[in-house]
Amino acid sequence: MGSVNATVAPFTTSNVILWFRTFWAIAASGFRRYSTYRQAALAGIVTNTVFGFLRCYVLLAVAGAAGSAAGYDRRQLTTFVWVGQGLLTVVQLWGWTELADRIRTGDVVGDLLRPVHPVTAYLATDTGRAGYAAVVRLLPPVLVAPLFFELYLPARWPTVPLFVGSVVAAVVLSFACRYLVNTTAYWLADVRGPLVLWTLGSGVLSGLYFPLRFLPEWVYQPLWIVTPFPSLLQTPLDVLVERDPTRVQVTLVAVQICWAALLLAACRLVQRRAERRLVVQGG
Amino acid sequence: MADRPGGTLTAYRALLGAQARSQTAYRASFVVDLVGNVGATVFDVLTVLVLFGVTRELGGFTLRETMVIVGLSAFAFATADLLVGNIERIPRYVRTGLLDAVLLRPLGALPQLLLMDLPLRKVSRALFGLAVWVTAVAAADIDWTPARAVLAVAAPAAGVVFFGSVFVATATVSFFWIESGELANSLTYGGRDFTSYPVTVYGGWFRALFAYGLGFAFVSYHPALALLGRADPLGLPQWVSWAAPGVAVVAAALAAGAWRFGIRHYRSTGS
Repeated sequence: MGSVNATVAPFTTSNVILWFRTFWAIAASGFRRYSTYRQAALAGIVTNTVFGFLRCYVLLAVAGAAGSAAGYDRRQLTTFVWVGQGLLTVVQLWGWTELADRIRTGDVVGDLLRPVHPVTAYLATDTGRAGYAAVVRLLPPVLVAPLFFELYLPARWPTVPLFVGSVVAAVVLSFACRYLVNTTAYWLADVRGPLVLWTLGSGVLSGLYFPLRFLPEWVYQPLWIVTPFPSLLQTPLDVLVERDPTRVQVTLVAVQICWAALLLAACRLVQRRAERRLVVQGG
Repeated sequence: MADRPGGTLTAYRALLGAQARSQTAYRASFVVDLVGNVGATVFDVLTVLVLFGVTRELGGFTLRETMVIVGLSAFAFATADLLVGNIERIPRYVRTGLLDAVLLRPLGALPQLLLMDLPLRKVSRALFGLAVWVTAVAAADIDWTPARAVLAVAAPAAGVVFFGSVFVATATVSFFWIESGELANSLTYGGRDFTSYPVTVYGGWFRALFAYGLGFAFVSYHPALALLGRADPLGLPQWVSWAAPGVAVVAAALAAGAWRFGIRHYRSTGS
C-alpha cells in the first residue's frame, strides 16, 4: 500500500494579488463568522466594562495621593486599563483551541487538503475575527470610560500610526503563539499542559494583571526582549499612553514585529514537521 | 430508591466516586491541572505584592492588613469555585439537553449537577487560598480575643457560602438567556477581584453597587476590619463588621430562591 502525502504542492505561480484576494476573502468570512454571536458579544462587553472599573480603581489607588506610579500619571493609568480591557478580545490571548480540537478529531486533514497553507488560512480567519472585535469589543469600553474617568489622549501625531501598527503586530503575534500552542496536539493529543502554561504566562507577563513597569527594571527589560509576552498587550498600551519618547516607541514596535515574524516562521516550520508525522485514524 | 434509608446518599457518593476515579485516571494530566489551577491564584496574590512594591498603602491599608483581605477572598472564592463553580457550565447542559436527563432522575438537580462535574483539580487552589489566609492572619498582628478567633473561622466559611450563592444565582440566568456566557463572570470573577482589595479603593456608585448593593463588602473587607480592630474609614458602625458573616445566610436564601424559580420555569430547548 502506498501512502498519500497530505501536503499539497505549493503555489508555483507567485501571484501576490491572488494571494491577497484569498487572504481577504478568508478574513471577511472570519469577520462574518464571529459577528453572528451578538448576544455573547454584549455579555462580553458588560464583563470587560466591570473589570475596567475594578482594575482602574485599584491602579488609581496605587497612584494614590502622589498622583503617579512607575512613571504613569493618573490619566495614563486610566487609559492603560480601559484600552487594555478592549484590546484583550482583539488580541485574544485565551480560549482558542480550534486547531488542537481539529487535530485530535482528525478534521485537520480538511485544512491540509486546501490549496492555502494552513498557517495562512488560520491567520486570515483570525485577522477577520480581530477586525470584528476591534469594532464591537474595543470601542465600547473606550467610549464608556470617559463618562466616569479622565482619559489620556495621545499628544504626538506619530503615536497614532505606531499604535495601529502595534495592535496589528500584537494580533499576528498572539495568533502565532496560540497556533504554536495548538500544534503541540500533533505530538501530545492533549494540549492542556501547554495551554495552561500559555494561559498563565500570557496573563501575567503581557501586562494584563498590572503594568509590567511596576516590576523592577532588571526584571521587565529582559522579559521584553527574550519573551514575546510584553509585546502582546503592554507594548500597544505603552505606545498609546506615550510612556516613552517616540524613539523608544519605535523600538518597542520593532521588537514586536521581530517576534511576530519569528513566531510566524516557527509556525510554518512546526506545521511542516507535524505534517510528516501526522497519522489520521479512521477511514 | 428514595424509599431505602440512605439510598439517596449512596447515589450521591457513587456519583462523586465515579468522578474522582475518572478525573484521576490520567495521572499526568491531573497533575498538570492541579499545578495550572494553583497558578492562577498564586498570580492573583503576587499581583497584590507587586502593587505594594510601587506604593506603601492601598486605600489607607498597609500590606499586612490588605493580605488579610486577600487571603479571605482567595480562600473563599477558590473553595466556592471548587464546590459549586462548575454550575457556570449550565448553558452547555441546557443546550445539549443533559439538564433534561438530570431532571428526570429521582435526585435533586443541583447536587447532581455539582457532583457530576466536581473539578477535583481545583483542590490545589483552595489549599493555597487557605495557606494565604493562615499566613496573613498570623502576620497581621491581631489582638486575639475569643470573639476574633470565632470570626477567623466563621468569616472564611461565610465567604464560601456567599461566593457559592453568587455562582448559583448567576447560573440561574442561563435558564432564561442561554447566550449570557461571560455575563456571570462579571459577578463571580469580578466579585473575587472586588473582594481582594479594601473597599476604600473604589469610588462612587460603583462601590455602592458592588460593596453594599451586591454585598461583596461583607465577604472580606468588614470581617478583616473586625479582626484588625480598625474602625471603618467609610463610617459604618463596628457591629456591622462583626455581623458581616450573616450576610452569607441572606445570600444563600436568595440564591436558593432564584434556583427554584429557574428550575420551575425551565423550558427544554427541545430535541
